[in-house]
Amino acid sequence: MNIHYLLQLADDALILGHRLSEWCGHGPVLEQDIALTNISLDHLGRARSLYQYAADSYGELPAEQKATVFQSMQLNNMAAGGHKIDEDDLAYLRDEWDFRNVLLAEQPNTDWAYTVARGLFLDAFNSCLYAAMQGSHDVRLAAIAEKSMKEITYHLRWSSEWVIRLGDGTAESHTRMQQAVNDLWVYTGELFVMPTETKALAAAGTVVDTATLRQSWTDIVTEVLRKATLDVPPTGTWVQQGGKEGRHTEHLGYILAELQYMQRSYPGMKW
Amino acid sequence: MNGTTRSWPLWEVFIRSKAGLDYKHAGSLHAADAAMAIENARDVYTRRMEGVSIWVVESKHIHASDPGQNDSMFDPANDKIYRHPTFYDLPDELKHM
Repeated sequence: MNIHYLLQLADDALILGHRLSEWCGHGPVLEQDIALTNISLDHLGRARSLYQYAADSYGELPAEQKATVFQSMQLNNMAAGGHKIDEDDLAYLRDEWDFRNVLLAEQPNTDWAYTVARGLFLDAFNSCLYAAMQGSHDVRLAAIAEKSMKEITYHLRWSSEWVIRLGDGTAESHTRMQQAVNDLWVYTGELFVMPTETKALAAAGTVVDTATLRQSWTDIVTEVLRKATLDVPPTGTWVQQGGKEGRHTEHLGYILAELQYMQRSYPGMKW
Repeated sequence: MNGTTRSWPLWEVFIRSKAGLDYKHAGSLHAADAAMAIENARDVYTRRMEGVSIWVVESKHIHASDPGQNDSMFDPANDKIYRHPTFYDLPDELKHM
């Protein structure tokens, strides 16, 4: 299976999961703190399954090809030295430019409105993507999709309800919810961009062509925003993108600094 | 979110652990409405497969007996052993009681 594609899925899950985990201990009320932590762990669990698949796929490559997959020195050195790359290595030892998550996933929590708006956009996208992925010709991907769907269905319900509560709440919550939706909207176009190297896989029925998901995503999001009495921002021709090819906003570096610190400072450390 | 915690009502949560079993009081939590209370209960009390069904009721709707009246409420039942089925001798022909 194409490693870059698997990492694209896995990195979305890891980075969003990490962002949500930043709320742990800081939630507005205890119950929502736990809700977000649960959701965060769902994302990490999905990331793990996908990283394992990516690590297995990487392991099957001939040595000369392995050297061309990543531009992360530490990982490449370990692979060249005969170390079997596993899911932890992929999460902790890749540099920023080897991460392929969408820019939306790495955007900061900012406040509750931004957190749930980002959640709605990504959860709606995941619900479309993973539903379609269940029909993949790749059985391992189809199995991961099937397991993930139940979790994603709940995530989408949770984020939708919060967008509706805040949008259709007080004058202040409405204004702030609308602001969050407007600010993050520019990152949603990237969800439907297919990098060139994965287009062939989509044509073969192995992976989902995300361009085909735009309509169903728009339907879900529009309906939630309507219930929330929020305006749907206009979709311009400009799309903020680059994440799927390793070009990120300034936020990802800070996330990785925190996420990878321990393994970078004390290589191979276990606890 | 100043004051939010104070303004959300308290809910009592009841969990059914398996189909057919009774609902047991699991604890309480804060939520803005019933729908949120059920979801919060799911996240707080059923993370480890504890339940298959949830009831929530706003705590203000629970009416409780007064512990100060326990003597008169419950002690009188103490010496009424004839209220237990085991008090009675059953004929040997009765097998399934």
